[in-house]
Amino acid sequence: MDVLVFFINKVLVAGTVLGSIYALGAIGATLIFGILRFAHFAHGDMMTMGAFFAFLIALVFYHYGIYLPVPMGFVVMPLAMLLTIAVALGIDKTVYAPLRRRGARPVTLLIASIGVTLMLQGLIRLFFGTGQYSFFDYGETKSIFRIDMSWAGARPITFTQPQVLMVIVTVVLVLILNFFLTGTRLGKAMRAMADNADLAQVSGINTQLVVRLTWVIAAALACAAGTMLSLDVSLKPDLAFNIILPIFAAAIVGGLGQVYGAIAGGFLLGFAETLGVFNWSTILRPLAGVLPDWIVIPPDLSLVPTEYKLTVSFVILVITLLWRPTGIFKGAST
Amino acid sequence: MPLIEVKNVVGGYGGAPILNGVNIAIEQSDIGVIVGPNGAGKSTTLKAIFGLLKVTSGSITFEGHDIANALPDRLVPLGLSFVPQEKNVFTSMSVEENLEMGAFTRRDDISGTRDEIYAMFPVLKEKRRQPAGELSGGQRQMVAMGRALMSKPKLLLLDEPSAGLSPRYVLEIFEHIVTVNKAGVAILMVEQNARQALAFASRGFVLAQGANRFTGTGPELIADPEVARSFLGG
Amino acid sequence: MNSVSRAALLYLGLAVFIVLVGLWQGPANISLLLLQSTAFALVALGLNVQFGYGGLFNFGILGFVMIGGFAVTFVSYPVSKTFWTGEGPIWLLRALVAFAAGFALVWGARRLPLKGGWKAALMVLCYFIAYVVYRSQIDPAANYIEKHDGFIGGLGLHPVLGWIFGGILAGGVAWIIGKIALGLRSDYLAIATIGISEIIRALIKNADWLTRGTLTVSPIPWPVPTPGDYQDHGVAPAVSFIYARGGYLALALVVVAIVMFLIQRAYGGPWGRMMRAIRDNFIAANSMGKNVTARQLELFVLGAVLMGIGGAMLVSMLQIFDPGSYQPINHTFLFWVMVIVGGAGNNWGALLGAMLIYLVYTLSGPLSQALFYAISGWTTQLGWGAIPDIDSRSLQMRVFVLGVVIVLALRYAPKGLIPEVVRRER
Repeated sequence: MDVLVFFINKVLVAGTVLGSIYALGAIGATLIFGILRFAHFAHGDMMTMGAFFAFLIALVFYHYGIYLPVPMGFVVMPLAMLLTIAVALGIDKTVYAPLRRRGARPVTLLIASIGVTLMLQGLIRLFFGTGQYSFFDYGETKSIFRIDMSWAGARPITFTQPQVLMVIVTVVLVLILNFFLTGTRLGKAMRAMADNADLAQVSGINTQLVVRLTWVIAAALACAAGTMLSLDVSLKPDLAFNIILPIFAAAIVGGLGQVYGAIAGGFLLGFAETLGVFNWSTILRPLAGVLPDWIVIPPDLSLVPTEYKLTVSFVILVITLLWRPTGIFKGAST
Repeated sequence: MPLIEVKNVVGGYGGAPILNGVNIAIEQSDIGVIVGPNGAGKSTTLKAIFGLLKVTSGSITFEGHDIANALPDRLVPLGLSFVPQEKNVFTSMSVEENLEMGAFTRRDDISGTRDEIYAMFPVLKEKRRQPAGELSGGQRQMVAMGRALMSKPKLLLLDEPSAGLSPRYVLEIFEHIVTVNKAGVAILMVEQNARQALAFASRGFVLAQGANRFTGTGPELIADPEVARSFLGG
Repeated sequence: MNSVSRAALLYLGLAVFIVLVGLWQGPANISLLLLQSTAFALVALGLNVQFGYGGLFNFGILGFVMIGGFAVTFVSYPVSKTFWTGEGPIWLLRALVAFAAGFALVWGARRLPLKGGWKAALMVLCYFIAYVVYRSQIDPAANYIEKHDGFIGGLGLHPVLGWIFGGILAGGVAWIIGKIALGLRSDYLAIATIGISEIIRALIKNADWLTRGTLTVSPIPWPVPTPGDYQDHGVAPAVSFIYARGGYLALALVVVAIVMFLIQRAYGGPWGRMMRAIRDNFIAANSMGKNVTARQLELFVLGAVLMGIGGAMLVSMLQIFDPGSYQPINHTFLFWVMVIVGGAGNNWGALLGAMLIYLVYTLSGPLSQALFYAISGWTTQLGWGAIPDIDSRSLQMRVFVLGVVIVLALRYAPKGLIPEVVRRER
């Protein structure tokens, strides 16, 4: 039983949290790909930027001594989302839209998005340096929940309040998005444009509007993902580069352009990373009494060493690209 | 005044012009058919009307509005609708959603129009929850036409509606086109099955090298020995 | 103005710029900057071969540059006696045998006449077993070496041999990557290569037994007489740096000149023509019976060889191999900015872009530092206090400037400063 609790704490909780963040990021990346047809390399920086917006707004509240029963990061998230959306729309207008009007190929937009990455990264580091920040350094505490398992003779299952909220927020955002995409006129127009942009235009769908809407959704979700990641771990200016590849990996594994694929891909990678570095020897330890003496369970039995955690995602990414580039959930034929 | 009038239109994709003076005029009650050899600029003419390529000179007027180089999101509310030849359904979306997308520019209740279309194509009602990509070629063509009709157009542009269909479906599609026209929608279509299409055309246009060669009613053109020899295969 | 005189004018402008920077920064600094920019230029030329000639989206430049750096470290660093006399080699041999056994297992399983799901399951199982067997040998080997010897040391050979080895090693890795990844479409290829280069980075960074990892290896031998050598002969220290760097610069320029000559000839010849045909019309070239993937593989490997040599030169120049210092920004995207600003497809453009962007990139640090100090002076006067951490912050301006440059270039000069001369060959 202790072993099971250990597994839940180490894998189930961590994997769910990481998966939620990857999923939210990957939805945005996959939507941008579906509508604008390029891999948006600045997505990780959009997440970092959103997180810093939330952090700044939260600081204002802390400054006035306002503390709420839920972490401030979650409360101010809508405001931070608005700011992130504004910046995303501004970037589209100044950088991407002129290129689109010129009829530039999608790969040119991809390179432009690298320029945007560099600009955002430069600016974020300019203002915040290279250090770490935490929402919980300003008098707010991270409450920890424990589910008592003593009836089973085991240690309690533990998770933090941000982790619970994070899963709730993710589920709510995904449900809203699902309703938007399947139940509203504009959401369907968005799917239509991702499906067949020429026909969408011919049908009289306002493609400019759909493009703007795509940025709104992608930016809002990126802000949520970035803020929640920094609430769970810490806020770092160079968060972006560690996260953009797993996010692309999740989007590609799920099939680029496929929203539900991106969600599945996000959780798949979140769990793959946590399982990859999970030390199986703890699970096997109860067997030590049963096994013959000549079999010794090594103290470290993780599949990959911890320093290679992110590499798990890259390996899955590369394998997916080579084995089935359209994604394992039968992606769009682009 | 004709419903749509295309006058001396010259245009192309930026390089050498593909259209070198096309003239087309259609009344509200007409079925217009554009025929001609490959590369004559038939589909290009439809695309020029629908703002999908650049018109460099000449004029296009629809009910008196100048619509040369206007984009589809302006044309659809005016009453034009276009069925492309290929990739003319949203494959990942259900039949019903395809129809809804056709009515994107409408802000009023669309259920009446949708029921009319289901009445015209009963098979679509049966399959309304199915993704359009899973339908057969003929059924997809019906979805495409249905989608275009959802905006309640005055003029329907069809690019080779019979392409790739079996003879049985070709006839069926043509019958539907005539029905739509009887309901008060003007038709302008490009057809490879020239003789068959001209037979029910009230206006026929024979294009060659991006310009009009012959113009007349369908039966007139079929009867014209020169048209028959050069363009209808004897 | 024709393209040749435009290029000549731009190079003249660059020369004036370099002289001005030299006057500002002093001869020791400018010689170092020039020296580094030649190494960067080699890598940029490699990217130009891949992207400019062939339209291949390699976002994994970092990986090849890093492999080159490792190669020169391994070849030129002094031999480690403790390693070669200890048990280390035996341990490594066992790991090698384990690797070979795993490879043989997978290779054998591939050949079995099985189909479908069974085959897939068997392959996964075989890969897993091979992985576990290899890990079971390499982990203790790594532990032993790290504990007793630190790392395996080098071969103590001449650095130029290390450069050549860097080229070969990078080319070999590129061949493997290209073999599996070149079928992918542009943006997928970009993401795949960036993923692979991150894997390479993680491997080199964490394989302490091989590379000392984040502990860094230094000093790495200098291929020409060092400042110390000159000082032993009575040259003043300040001058000795200029001599030493000048000597290295001469050597580096010879390498760049040879490379330039070779790839220019290749570009103009039938091989280059075919490459451009493939780049500009993939489908037509494919249907004309050209073996497109094989040709692209040649380009990919050739470009990677140049990247490996450039990466190796950079390390022997800096005299330190620090796997932790490699970042996608300055070891992948910087090169993209160079090639795009210079003119993709034109080697003279790429060369100009490399020198120019390298200077702009490095100098925007001190420039913005000066700017910040000026602003900080005002804010202090106004009573708002000084800007904190100016030195570390102004360094970040370089990244921002790089981003601005690429965005502006794409918008206003998408073909670059010296565009490719498009010859119509029919």
